[in-house]
Amino acid sequence: MAREIFERKIKQIQDEILILGSMVEQATLDSVTAFKNRDLKAARTIIEDDQNINDKRFAIENAILILLATQQPLAHDLRQLAAMLLVANELERMGDYAKGIASNTVRLGIKDIPVPFRDIEKMGELAVGMLHRSLSAFIHEDVNQAAAIPKEDDEVDALFNKCYRTIVNGMVANPATIDDASLLLWVVHNLERLADRVVNICERTVFIKSGEMLEMSGSFDELEDELGEES
Amino acid sequence: MAIFTDFTNEHIAQNQGSKKNLHKRKFIEKFSFSFIWLAATFTIVILFFLVGYVISNGIKVIDLEFLTTRPAGGVSGKGGISTTVVTTIYLVFLTISIAAPLGIGAAVFMIEYAPEFLKTKGFATHLIQIIRTSVEILAGVPSIIFGLFGFAVFVSYMKLKFSLLSAGLSGACLILPVIIRTTEEAILTVPKSYREGSLALGATKWQTVFNVILPSAMPGIITGIILSVGRVIAETAVFWVTLGGSYRLPKNLLSSGRSMALHVYMLASETRAFDKALGTSAILIVIIIFLNLFINIASRQFSKKFSGK
Amino acid sequence: MITKNNTNGKTKIYVEDFNFFYGKFQALKNITIDIPANQITSIIGPSGCGKSTFIRSFNRMNELIPSTHTTGKIILDDKDIFAIDPVEIRKQVGMVFQRPNPFPKSIFENISFGPRAHGIRDRRILEEIVEKSLRQAVLWDEVKDSLNKSGLALSGGQQQRLCIARALAVEPEVILMDEPASALDPIATLKIEELIQQLKEKYTIVIVTHNMQQAARASDYTMFFNMAEDRAGYLVESGKTTDIFTNPKQDLTEQYISGRFG
Repeated sequence: MAREIFERKIKQIQDEILILGSMVEQATLDSVTAFKNRDLKAARTIIEDDQNINDKRFAIENAILILLATQQPLAHDLRQLAAMLLVANELERMGDYAKGIASNTVRLGIKDIPVPFRDIEKMGELAVGMLHRSLSAFIHEDVNQAAAIPKEDDEVDALFNKCYRTIVNGMVANPATIDDASLLLWVVHNLERLADRVVNICERTVFIKSGEMLEMSGSFDELEDELGEES
Repeated sequence: MAIFTDFTNEHIAQNQGSKKNLHKRKFIEKFSFSFIWLAATFTIVILFFLVGYVISNGIKVIDLEFLTTRPAGGVSGKGGISTTVVTTIYLVFLTISIAAPLGIGAAVFMIEYAPEFLKTKGFATHLIQIIRTSVEILAGVPSIIFGLFGFAVFVSYMKLKFSLLSAGLSGACLILPVIIRTTEEAILTVPKSYREGSLALGATKWQTVFNVILPSAMPGIITGIILSVGRVIAETAVFWVTLGGSYRLPKNLLSSGRSMALHVYMLASETRAFDKALGTSAILIVIIIFLNLFINIASRQFSKKFSGK
Repeated sequence: MITKNNTNGKTKIYVEDFNFFYGKFQALKNITIDIPANQITSIIGPSGCGKSTFIRSFNRMNELIPSTHTTGKIILDDKDIFAIDPVEIRKQVGMVFQRPNPFPKSIFENISFGPRAHGIRDRRILEEIVEKSLRQAVLWDEVKDSLNKSGLALSGGQQQRLCIARALAVEPEVILMDEPASALDPIATLKIEELIQQLKEKYTIVIVTHNMQQAARASDYTMFFNMAEDRAGYLVESGKTTDIFTNPKQDLTEQYISGRFG
């Protein structure tokens, strides 16, 4: 069979991406749980473990660069490797979002302010679910599955808006809590951005197959580009 | 342990068997080598004996007078070989100037032009094959037959009589097959890439043949010509029946004359001057030795230029 | 497919429904293509699919082989190449071969061979042409003091550049190259590729190559040939090199480029 070695190496990298994906999923769920339970110890662990996510991303990047240099891939192979490079990057950024949630958990400490926990938990679950399925679609180059996911981002965006309203109302009602409440805003913002990055992964899936970059973002997302990132 | 001893015993037995085999093979090699050596030595001995005998005996008569006086007629065998040397030179030039252009032209035609000239491929290759076979056959025909042919056609029918011209034409027929063959071979060694390179530059076929192929093939062609020169110098039968035997210096193409090889024959068979025969032979042999040396050096030089080092 | 419409420039050679036969055997089938002017068009494909046969049709070198015939048109600018004397065509369409084949003559004589064959005898003009050609082939500086040296005494890469200079000396408009760098070491290969890039300003270049990366690196347009079941060569796909190598339209092209052929 032609290029067995090459195919094997690509499969290895795909497996690593799935592993990285599950690390990120776990970190996200854990960070939301830690946030809900005000578990500062768990939060600190998550912050440390982000290093593992970074290391894995660099390992994947290296492996891909080596394949690019030694195998001179073209056409589909080239798009696939380029897409994997970008997806690894997206996953690492998502890991940073989880770390950001954990950091804010630590900052908030045990302060008592009203938090829309259930919505936040829901956002986390939705986002992680999207991530999981998007990675599966990515690895299997399932364009249909990938095309179905961005719609769910709308739900996440809707939840984000709801939480945003709630938190801002809380700020207006009780100006003393503005500092802490802003930390809350960052938490829900991270979850919303995480879901957006999942949409990027879906776009890349379509790109591998067809060679075209289609924008799949929902209508809400233009607003989010105004807000910066938090680490 | 038992297994090991069995193994080593067998191993030793095999080893000894292969030793015997080695001895046998070495013996065969030594034997064959000695045989080949003997064959080579024998050949060299014959050569040296021949050359040595002729030269050592012939050298006695060679002096300036021998080289500069012409032979006296009749049975005395007196005189030298001056006119024969000149006649030989004339003959060489004549045969080469007739045979070389014809032979080279024929070879070039056969390789370069005939295939397309004769349109359909099948017919052309057959014709060329016939020509080639004829050339091969001609190369093996005994030279006396060329002589008789020359006598019948040039001397009698065309009324050229015994003359340089008859001899030259007959000699040319003799060496024509050789020249055609060596030229063909030389042209075939020219890489096809030269031909392609030249044509791709927009040169015509003739320009390619004249400017690229012939110059590259020249070493081989010249070798063929020099070989023919040697043949002409050594030839007796052909000239015996076309040149006549006049000991005088030929005045023009229609004059008769005597080549050196002919002179040797005539001295040996018609006179008692066997020593002079040997003397002339000695000079002939020396010329041929030098000619061969020259071919060797020249073709080495040419192939150096050819490969550009 | 590359057509007049998507080369956004002139077409130098237009091939229409071209078929090539060696006796009864069909080597090329229904080839139609526009070769863009002043661009480098590469031809890739598996062995035996007719790539060399194809470009040799442009300068009618195939006619040296007996019993070949063609159907279809090849138009150079607006002239039918089969209606003109091949010797004349070869002046406009030059060729560089796979193995460097300088003549066993001096460098000067090699390069002046073409112009002299076409009637230029003036020594001064020939010297100018030789210098100009050697400069274009990026060989002048290396050999300017030894023009009388034999062409065969140069290194492989230099010999190939000499052959390129020799082809340039007759001032063709199209240069055909049949795997010009396959017999050379990597550094010489890169030099040749850079040279080709410089040449495209003034010439139209068509290059056959087995080396995918070379085609990807060094050409503007690419044609992909394949061998059909009846062993005739046909054109599978053609287009801009960047498109063919990142997102080819035909599966067959994709497979060949990714090394997953057969």
